[in-house]
Amino acid sequence: MTDLAIETHGLVKVFGSTRAVDGVDLAIPRGGVHGFLGPNGAGKTTTIRMLATLSTPDGGTARVLGRDVVREADEVRRRVSLTGQFASVDEDLTGRENLRLIGRLFGYTGPGATRRANELLEAFGLAEAGDRQVKKYSGGMRRRIDIAASIVVTPELLFLDEPTTGLDPRSRNEVWDIIRAMVGSGTTVLLTTQYLDEADQLADRISVIDSGKVIAEGTSSELKASVGSGSLHVRVMDPADRAAAQQILVRELGVEVREGVDPAALDASVDSSTVVTRALGSLDAAGITLAQFALGQPTLDEVFLALTGHTAEPEQSETEEDAA
Amino acid sequence: MSVAAPTAQKHETSKILSALASTERPEPPGPISTSFTFGWRALLKIKHVPEQLVDVTIFPIMFTLLFTFLFGGALAGSTVEYVQFLLPGILVQGVIMITMYTGTTLRTDIEKGVFDRFRSLPIWRPSALVGMLLGDAARFTISALVTITLGLILGWRPQGGPVGVALGVLLLLVFAFSLGWVWTFLSLVLRTSNAIMGVSMLVITPLTFGSNIFVDPSTMPGWLQAFVEVNPVSHLVTAVRALMGGTDPGNGIVLTLVSSAALVAVFGSLTMWRYRDPR
Ligand SMILES: Nc1ncnc2c1ncn2[C@@H]1O[C@H](COP(=O)(O)OP(=O)(O)O)[C@@H](O)[C@H]1O
Ligand SMILES: [Mg+2]
Repeated sequence: MTDLAIETHGLVKVFGSTRAVDGVDLAIPRGGVHGFLGPNGAGKTTTIRMLATLSTPDGGTARVLGRDVVREADEVRRRVSLTGQFASVDEDLTGRENLRLIGRLFGYTGPGATRRANELLEAFGLAEAGDRQVKKYSGGMRRRIDIAASIVVTPELLFLDEPTTGLDPRSRNEVWDIIRAMVGSGTTVLLTTQYLDEADQLADRISVIDSGKVIAEGTSSELKASVGSGSLHVRVMDPADRAAAQQILVRELGVEVREGVDPAALDASVDSSTVVTRALGSLDAAGITLAQFALGQPTLDEVFLALTGHTAEPEQSETEEDAA
Repeated sequence: MSVAAPTAQKHETSKILSALASTERPEPPGPISTSFTFGWRALLKIKHVPEQLVDVTIFPIMFTLLFTFLFGGALAGSTVEYVQFLLPGILVQGVIMITMYTGTTLRTDIEKGVFDRFRSLPIWRPSALVGMLLGDAARFTISALVTITLGLILGWRPQGGPVGVALGVLLLLVFAFSLGWVWTFLSLVLRTSNAIMGVSMLVITPLTFGSNIFVDPSTMPGWLQAFVEVNPVSHLVTAVRALMGGTDPGNGIVLTLVSSAALVAVFGSLTMWRYRDPR
């Protein structure tokens, strides 16, 4: 037996002339959230569908919880659950009916399925909406009923395909809380996302996927470290001091220091925080007062840019503010 | 809905944790059980979208009235006489026309993504489709009841009595269920509802009109008689007519059951083969 939740070697899926998944190797341990980060069309959904036995690979092998997804598909289905990118419940039925349906299909008796449905509706804040048709639910409620339907029988591994795409910030936070709760209970979650902050917030480890290939893998900090720099941002109290401050920073940091649009602002990319401490000390010694300074790790966006040469944001970004 | 105040959120989280803590793994249900569960889903859909019943009532009423009065005078001298001959046939025609909707319904379901969930469950794979066809049987029964009622009003007097009529409907339902696999297969091969409708019409038109539904085939030219002879719908109509008319159905019942079995064997297998990777 293997301890890996997911293990793939050279996984391939071809649609006509599109190599949607082009030789993906994964080794994902059990427990926690594994992030699958990539822009629209990267091949995330196609990969997940193969892992959840919904489509057959055109090449390579995949084992999920130690079982081959092709030869032991039934064994895999018994242990995993999928919340698809699009509706994976019946919109014509009510939330309660959907959960009872899944419950019955897992072998619950009539009353058992009803009890389980009620328990899940309650837990996901859908008790009042339980008898309404799912097509009348808001986006956030839909995602919650989708996820609830996936855990009618607690899976060992849960695939969540872009669970927050198109959600408003509050619903997004609710889904994040649900995911954290699930991980707390020992379920392994494979989460795909186009949102860098989402992977940063939730995932223990991240695979960055682009054009059907995994192009980087590691913890969020490792990925950031691999890009090699953080960013220092300072604002001087008196704009007249900016030139002097810039000279000092260039000398102390040994890197290029850029003037911001704001006449009091300066920006620099730095490798370690110790030089920053020293530089700030020198500014102080020179009698330059700072209004503000901030030292940040590079964003995953910068990581993505460094890895792929293009950013990971969806082409037409949804009208959404960073919810973190 | 409750605003996600921090305390409410904590509360919810603990409920999710306790819901997840359920280690209950009920005994996996068998194929018959899961098929009937999906049949229940189809009935729930009828409950929530009763508009689905419009076609099963309008079609049979339209056909029965149209053909009774269109051909009645010319073919049999009187409509009451013609309806004795036509009604079992028009019953078959109505139900067969309605089976077409099975294909478009399945296509819509697949596009919406709900079948992804069904396919990811550890259950007997065909049960979602079997259940859907079982649910359709409820719609077909309604169609049959509407036709029978209208026929009785128009003066149809089945000599086979209620039992004969019921047996005729039952045989029709068996055939309709089997024919349904043709449409499920088409809906997995063709990608749009329009294409499915088009091809379905192409199959259904010769099956129903090239049969003994409307007239006795002995008046037809030889080549058409030959087609009518091998058309499974003709055997079905012969059997239904005999059962309802209280006469000897001959080998009509056996032939119908054989063609039903053949349809399930061929198109059921093709459907399940496409169902593995249906996009
Ligand atoms: N059923 C399909 N038929 C043809 N092309 C497809 C199909 N599904 C996905 N693709 C293509 O495969 C690529 C990867 O798609 P997908 O896995 O959905 O990406 P992601 O989920 O990362 O946005 C895209 O170029 C997409 O157009
Ligand atoms: Mg996708």
